[in-house]
Amino acid sequence: MAEDYILEVKNLQKHFHLSGNRVLKAVDGLNFSIKRGETFGLVGESGCGKSTTGRTIIRLYEATGGQILFNGKDVQKLNGESRQKFYRDMQMVFQDPYASLNPRMTVGKIIAEGIDIHGLSSGKKRRERVSELLNAVGLNEEHAGRFPHEFSGGQRQRIGIARALAIEPQFIIADEPISALDVSVQAQVVNLFKKLQKERGLTYLFIAHDLAMVKHISDRIGVMYLGKLVEVATSDKLNAKPLHPYTQSLLSAIPIPDPDVQKQRKRVIPQGEIPSPLNPPSGCPFRTRCPHAMDVCAATMPSFKEVEPGHFAACHML
Amino acid sequence: MSKPILEVNNLRVSFKMYAGEVQAVRGVSFTLNKGEVLAIVGESGCGKSVTAQTIMRLIPTPPSYIKPGSSILFDGKHEITKLTESQMEHVRGEEMGMIFQDPMTSLNPTMTVGAQISEGIRKHQKVTKAEAMQRAADLLTLVGMSNAQERTRQYPHELSGGMRQRVMIALSLACNPKLLIADEPTTALDVTIQAQIIDLLREIQKKTDTSIILITHDLGVVAEMAHRVIVMYAGKVVERGTLNDIFYNPKHPYTWGLLRSVPRLDSDRNNDLESIPGTPPDLFAPPVGCAFAARCPYAMKICKEVDPEHFDVSAEHSSACWLMHPEAPKVEMPVQAGRGSHG
Repeated sequence: MAEDYILEVKNLQKHFHLSGNRVLKAVDGLNFSIKRGETFGLVGESGCGKSTTGRTIIRLYEATGGQILFNGKDVQKLNGESRQKFYRDMQMVFQDPYASLNPRMTVGKIIAEGIDIHGLSSGKKRRERVSELLNAVGLNEEHAGRFPHEFSGGQRQRIGIARALAIEPQFIIADEPISALDVSVQAQVVNLFKKLQKERGLTYLFIAHDLAMVKHISDRIGVMYLGKLVEVATSDKLNAKPLHPYTQSLLSAIPIPDPDVQKQRKRVIPQGEIPSPLNPPSGCPFRTRCPHAMDVCAATMPSFKEVEPGHFAACHML
Repeated sequence: MSKPILEVNNLRVSFKMYAGEVQAVRGVSFTLNKGEVLAIVGESGCGKSVTAQTIMRLIPTPPSYIKPGSSILFDGKHEITKLTESQMEHVRGEEMGMIFQDPMTSLNPTMTVGAQISEGIRKHQKVTKAEAMQRAADLLTLVGMSNAQERTRQYPHELSGGMRQRVMIALSLACNPKLLIADEPTTALDVTIQAQIIDLLREIQKKTDTSIILITHDLGVVAEMAHRVIVMYAGKVVERGTLNDIFYNPKHPYTWGLLRSVPRLDSDRNNDLESIPGTPPDLFAPPVGCAFAARCPYAMKICKEVDPEHFDVSAEHSSACWLMHPEAPKVEMPVQAGRGSHG
């Protein structure tokens, strides 16, 4: 294979077992790959399994089935030293900058925690590294002695990013990193992500529900619905020519900040609500809300096929 | 020209805290006409929710204080700032309704949906329990819920987020209010559900000719619903105008920044998003001059010393910025904000 994939996800499944023998299939058979140096966006509405996907990849959850290959190695088979190395190469930035920083640790300590665990540097060098990281994310070195509560939401998210960068990972999973922030601050943080990617050659898995923002930062986008990927395409293609009815309705549901365009555009808003993942519909998960649903949709799950080069979708109409 | 239903004049609200006084709202004035949707936009902490909650007198005193000189005239007859609590109870619910942001926490988890809606009806109107229940079911049908009779017997936890927000809307409409305040009504919802709720609010607004104050930080939602817009920053109105004024001819640098920091489906991925550097000022000690001066790329000497008054662009459009002064240097709006084609 010519492409250099940093991450390959093959038929990934994560099922949660609940009381009463119920099984919640949060992630059910995902297949996608992420190229080195690109940003892969994962979008979908709440409960679609996008965060579970991210957490399973970084092994916060153990996968129920399937394979995760990181740099060609099966992540679930790593142990001992190779596992330690894996955690150095993959880091995560969390959604809520208020809850994901330890309030009793200084910012310097928070950022250097990974450095200490991996024994990367100490003493003066460690201090220098912390100041360098703070500068890289647009804060300054005096901030190292302060506590998280002294910072605004945007600044805290910068601290979270500095912490992720501290051990020089290759790959960062950002789980809704901007949805808790104000609009003008969101733009600052997104620009920071892009700048760091350029400088350090990072690869991102960017998880969010805001398709407009994901489109802005991602090279390729995967759209999830009820634990399954329904479409994967380059960011521009997905916007210009969405193939799956769910992607189409997701795009048309986004309110556009332009009154004239808003008045003219035709919208296809899906009726009803997302079915419970505890009791998903048979066949295609979207069929209960799909305007084009046919008999075959209830019977079999459409296969996830390459409709055009690099453009995958799972729909019986294609 | 329709009559104003609400006139807010120089509203100032402060919170007295242990550490000092937070001046959350610092002189807000606007009018809302009958049958109109007015959007209040701004970032968190700009005072938009405090303004709305003060109109309904929902913030307890102490810690909040409405400062002398403030006036909220509702329906030409009620001076909200001077009403007693018992008088206010008649206005609230009967003539004004409110839709809160979070349908998960703003409904009572121990009461059925029907009981919650009929509670308000029975408080304000002389009807029997059965009649109130029937009216509750009618309202649930109005907000697009099927099997309304059955729904009245359900508890909030049995409903999804979108359904709960529909219940909130039904609740706020229970007594046919003249004014509806919607505080971030769709922020907690998924985008496809958000689109359904916006459609519903628009439909209801047309059907009942209710006046709506829509509070949001989402300019997309504003573009879909509002007739007029006021932009707030650090407790003040920095710009007011019609929907088209604000989107196609904005005058205040903060409005420019807001419009440009929203990613658009057609924006170029290779360019950075425009962001507003810095963070809003601390309202314990608001700056002497223009509150936005510290983050404004066009700030002049006067901006840091004297707070600008509103300069009129037209009868409906004004901006509180020294750049509007005839002697100020001409500054062009950096890029076209708002206009563009979408996929």
